[in-house]
Amino acid sequence: MRSHTFCFAALAVAALLFESLRFLENEYLFFAGYVVLQYVVLATAWNILGGYTGYVNFGTAAFFALGAYTSVAAGKLVALPIPALMLAGGVISGVVGLGMGYLTLRLRGVFFAIATLALAVVVQTLITNWDFVGGSRGAYTIRPAAVEHFGSYVQYLFLVMLALAVIALTIAHAIEGSRLGYGFATIRDDEAAAEASGVPTLRLKLVATMLSGALMGMAGAPLPYYVTYLDPASGFNLAYAVNSIAMPLIGGMTSWVGPLIGALLLGSIQQVATVSNWFGGRPEINLLIVGVLLILFVIAAPNGIVGLLGVETRRGGRR
Amino acid sequence: MTAPLLQVEDLSKRFGGFTALDAINLEVAPGARLGLIGPNGSGKSTLVNCLCGTLRKDSGSVRFEGALMDGLSAHQRTRLGMARSFQLPRPFASLTVAENLRIPLLYTVGFRRGHHVPRAEIAAREAELLGLVGLADKAGRLPRDLSQVEMRKLELARAMAAEPKLLFADEAMAGLSHGEVDDIITLLRRLNESGITVILIEHIMRAVMSFSDRLVVLVAGRKIADGPPDEVVRNPEVERAYLGE
Amino acid sequence: MLWDPQLLMNAIMSGVLLGGFYAAVTVGVSISFGMLDIVNIAHPAFIMLGSYVAYLLNGSYGLDPILASLIMLPAFFLLGALVYQIYFVAFERRGQESLRGLAFFFGLLFVSEVGLILAFGVDYRFVEAPYIGPSLHLGSIDFPLRMLIPFAVSLALLGSLQLYLSRTFMGRAIAAVSQDPQALRLMAANPTRVKRIAFGLSIGTASIAGALLIVIQPVEPSMGRDYIGRVFAICVLGGMGSFAGTLLAAVLLGVVESLTSTFYGPSWSPAVAFGFLLLTLAFRPAGILGR
Repeated sequence: MRSHTFCFAALAVAALLFESLRFLENEYLFFAGYVVLQYVVLATAWNILGGYTGYVNFGTAAFFALGAYTSVAAGKLVALPIPALMLAGGVISGVVGLGMGYLTLRLRGVFFAIATLALAVVVQTLITNWDFVGGSRGAYTIRPAAVEHFGSYVQYLFLVMLALAVIALTIAHAIEGSRLGYGFATIRDDEAAAEASGVPTLRLKLVATMLSGALMGMAGAPLPYYVTYLDPASGFNLAYAVNSIAMPLIGGMTSWVGPLIGALLLGSIQQVATVSNWFGGRPEINLLIVGVLLILFVIAAPNGIVGLLGVETRRGGRR
Repeated sequence: MTAPLLQVEDLSKRFGGFTALDAINLEVAPGARLGLIGPNGSGKSTLVNCLCGTLRKDSGSVRFEGALMDGLSAHQRTRLGMARSFQLPRPFASLTVAENLRIPLLYTVGFRRGHHVPRAEIAAREAELLGLVGLADKAGRLPRDLSQVEMRKLELARAMAAEPKLLFADEAMAGLSHGEVDDIITLLRRLNESGITVILIEHIMRAVMSFSDRLVVLVAGRKIADGPPDEVVRNPEVERAYLGE
Repeated sequence: MLWDPQLLMNAIMSGVLLGGFYAAVTVGVSISFGMLDIVNIAHPAFIMLGSYVAYLLNGSYGLDPILASLIMLPAFFLLGALVYQIYFVAFERRGQESLRGLAFFFGLLFVSEVGLILAFGVDYRFVEAPYIGPSLHLGSIDFPLRMLIPFAVSLALLGSLQLYLSRTFMGRAIAAVSQDPQALRLMAANPTRVKRIAFGLSIGTASIAGALLIVIQPVEPSMGRDYIGRVFAICVLGGMGSFAGTLLAAVLLGVVESLTSTFYGPSWSPAVAFGFLLLTLAFRPAGILGR
């Protein structure tokens, strides 16, 4: 499927979804839907680096929170519309991704992974100690009452995240059939052989890291307006790191479909679990389920749900 | 006297306390058919790795077409015209056989032509290369479905796909039958006639002797012989290296 | 900032003692990552497990925590052997250890932290022992016993492991297994079995390190995460598998952390180790680039 076709199809589905939710007139669905869509973006972004090139990023929270805190910082200086904030968050996170990649992507993949862990903690410590954005006390953001044409501000945020999800999926899909996608696959399969065949592996890895980081930053930018109170503990919540790995892994890492399925499935389960007080309503049960599923799938179903369903991916390959 | 295609001066490589290559000197003229032989562990593949940029050398210099290769990564050297097959085949496991060839076509040949190679031409070139090595009927299969011998052929085809000026064929014939060895030699000779310099690293003496116009012998990281094949073979040091003390 | 010499000396000595403890924490990873090339980022989770086990035995039976950890050592060894077996069958044998192995250990790390939260809650837990509280005074420097004893135990642990690795057949096999599994087979030792024992040993050290941790300070489930950076920073800086290097790097890190905490406040401590790690990975590639 050509990229334009895919994009139009995705937009059509998105528009349908949005209108259906508006029809149902349940504000909660927009709240919950925002979170699920956020995970669609995070999972897709993670997969561009993790699934396509094989480099594991444990520091999703760093890039995501950078986007969120860019919004907080920018918001204190000048009032900007959400799309502009997303752009800013994307740029900052993309640049950080590029910088970190430049320092660590020449090393073995495992060292890159460990470095991403380090990055998450360093960024969190820096932000916790930065009083301008509230430090450990947190920062409050006033959510505007409403935006023209939309019922409530949350509906607007939902729409923004929906648009970002369409963008992320379009990018992921476009990469897959392209020369870039082939390059990524060779990095995952055998980096030395890729180099010998003329693939500029470092450059491609930097592209993947930058793109992945930027998308995560864009996903984080609206967060202050969604939660209205942001502190480092919630911004850097471990849930983001685990979910952004578990969703592509469980959904299937070889194509754009996997992260989407993983995010929709796991995201919805977690939202339902939060609301319906399973197991006495302890919030950690959520995460425990995700963690256990992650372990089970990585051991038993390496190609995720997509693999289990026997869906043929574009490059016909198994990881 | 044309300028040498490859000039290697005092190349050394150590792994911890172990000296893998000891001050190797080598000159390869364009259009040559060089055979590189030596006992197992003598450093042949390490030499190829250092020349192609997969490994970083410790000292010495490498010049390709007169240009110093210092600091150039492996993919840059491939794009300049050095291609190699790996001693142990390293196919791209998640790509089909045809797609394996597509990679150098996209990233090396494509790069040289500003990324304007039409899809049809790439497909044609894939088919041509697969035909040359006898893998045409396996185009859509995955590497894990290939036999060891077929994987070696794929390795060679992938190196050829990069349209090199200098081709390192690292043990491309291991495990092949008598007839298949002849096929590969014919193929390499044809490549050589079209202008490609070939360095053949092999254990199959029959192939090396019939193909090479010059023989280099490596033992324990040192070059002990370099000259016309019949002379080198009669060299007492070479005999000792192969037959023992 | 007034660098009061007495404060400075105390901070440095405190850092040295802390560093000794960090070495005990890291030695398990020196084995699993430095020697076996298994990226067990879940090692801190096993240490937290060790802490809570010591807490339970101390609370229920009044057992000295370090003694408790020695008693539990065989159980942790078996746990390690089991985890390795799963890792081997699921990943190593199929040659897919890099991405999926990492995800596996990350999952273990995460599940254990959440499990501990569900079982024990997020409150700090501590143990009671006669040496938690009193200090040794040498001149103007304080040596709290609750840091001195773990320091000594840590040195003993490293020392005995070093002896084991250099003097016994199995120990030498462990040292050799990552370098030359073929030669090992020829010596009639099964590489898989050797690795399993080594990994079991690695998790065994976590039992002791966990007890030392809860002696030094009260614990809560999320502390494990801070140790990931410390452990890998020390392992990489210390030369991946050399115990002497591990000790040196650990003491260095301990001192820098202690100085940072004393003069700039404790909220910067986590960043020190991870900053170390990033800098090491970025600027000291020799010996780390590929294998």
